[in-house]
Amino acid sequence: MALETKVIEIIMEQLGVTREECVPEASFVDDLGADSLDIVELIMEMEENFGIQISDDELDKIRTIQDVIDFLKTKGVK
Amino acid sequence: MKRRVLITGLGALTPVGNSVGEAWEGVCSGRSGIGPITRFDCSAHETKIAGEIKNFDPLVHVNKKELRRYDDFIVYALAAADMTMEDAALSIGTDQAERAGVIIGSAIGGLHTLEKEKENILRAGPRKISPFAIPAALANLAAGHVSIRYHLKGPINCPVTACASGTYAIGDAFRMIAWDYADVMVAGGVEAVVCPLAIGAFNAMRALSKRNDDPERASRPFDTDRDGFVLSEGCGLLILEEYHHALNRGAKVYAEIAGYGITSDAFHMAAPPPGHEGAVRCMTAALRDAAMLPEEIDYVNAHGTSTPLNDIYEAEAIRTVFGDHVSRLLVSSTKSMTGHMLGGAGGVEAVFSVKAIEEGIVPPTINLHHPDPAAGALDFVPNIARKKDVRTVMSNTFGFGGANAVLILKKFEP
Repeated sequence: MALETKVIEIIMEQLGVTREECVPEASFVDDLGADSLDIVELIMEMEENFGIQISDDELDKIRTIQDVIDFLKTKGVK
Repeated sequence: MKRRVLITGLGALTPVGNSVGEAWEGVCSGRSGIGPITRFDCSAHETKIAGEIKNFDPLVHVNKKELRRYDDFIVYALAAADMTMEDAALSIGTDQAERAGVIIGSAIGGLHTLEKEKENILRAGPRKISPFAIPAALANLAAGHVSIRYHLKGPINCPVTACASGTYAIGDAFRMIAWDYADVMVAGGVEAVVCPLAIGAFNAMRALSKRNDDPERASRPFDTDRDGFVLSEGCGLLILEEYHHALNRGAKVYAEIAGYGITSDAFHMAAPPPGHEGAVRCMTAALRDAAMLPEEIDYVNAHGTSTPLNDIYEAEAIRTVFGDHVSRLLVSSTKSMTGHMLGGAGGVEAVFSVKAIEEGIVPPTINLHHPDPAAGALDFVPNIARKKDVRTVMSNTFGFGGANAVLILKKFEP
């Protein structure tokens, strides 16, 4: 499964949003209705799925779906 | 000037039925809600039975995201709140929001959530604790989520007084309205701790029935063969409304709250004092608050846990308070059918007390075949419900830590 597809499936499940809402530039807070706790949980799910660790500083920089995908790629996730 | 407080809505989720109608029909026909534990592998536990909520579809009341994040006790409270608000045909407008509040008691809150999160620590370390662990576990989050859903911006609270929590919630909400701090209150109790830690911990106290081979007969208040209480889960909520507020909007009025008493045993962390003098003072305080004589009470919905000590001490306390009137008084324990919902008990039993007044039926104490002689001569309405013109009900609950609460409800007369 492509990285993008996997990321979007996790976001849909965690935030209860539709595939159509999950465009790359969608902001978690402004477009997908997430609060800070939602984002923490989402990132934990990403860590679990992709076997990586995301620091709080890195977490602060993640605002959109594209940010997550770019970040995972820098961590070598394919 | 103390204002009159009416009951205008009911909601319940119990092991005997998932609505007020179903639960009431269940207890009036003497149906037990107790069965084998299905929620977890209880093979290593001494007690293998409980009163679980069955055939309940949470997705009618919460979405998938909420279901994953909320502990069951929060989901149950939202479900009962939905039923209660619908039953009362009540919606709180922006202009009324600050005069509407919610008090929902819970003995333990999200114990199962804490249990799961501890497993996460052991499995993968503290970084794997959910950010929703605390808001799922805090006992006041049942009231919190109900306030969010129904825009209740007035008083909010969560009495944590063990098995009396639900009654404290209703009584305290009654006072909020009586003393003009609010016009409408959602009030009651909830519990959802059929989980390994709770069953194991109550087992360690030797408090639970171990009648594993005969679950429906395990909860047998006032019977000689009782061997402890049966842990169960559930929620009971009521809408309390100020007299004029209710009448002006043409609300259906179920009953009126007449009085409320609370006392502390100041005796022992778990055991009642001999003769249950704390309960005696509590029932007396409620009667005084209602400006009623003992002779005016028709029915007592007893705490009646099916534990060896509670039942004889409560019966003795009732005889002390009511004197000669016990020959005309009906006393029953609906815990014989629902099991003991801990914080939920006071809420659900208040709902049953209201229905007894509305329908003129007193639900029975089932599994009562050999009344404990130590409980003395009381009419416990054994095994079969009884028709009676019930004008007044006293609902008793007594919690660990010596926290006692008693409510008196009466038929509504304008």
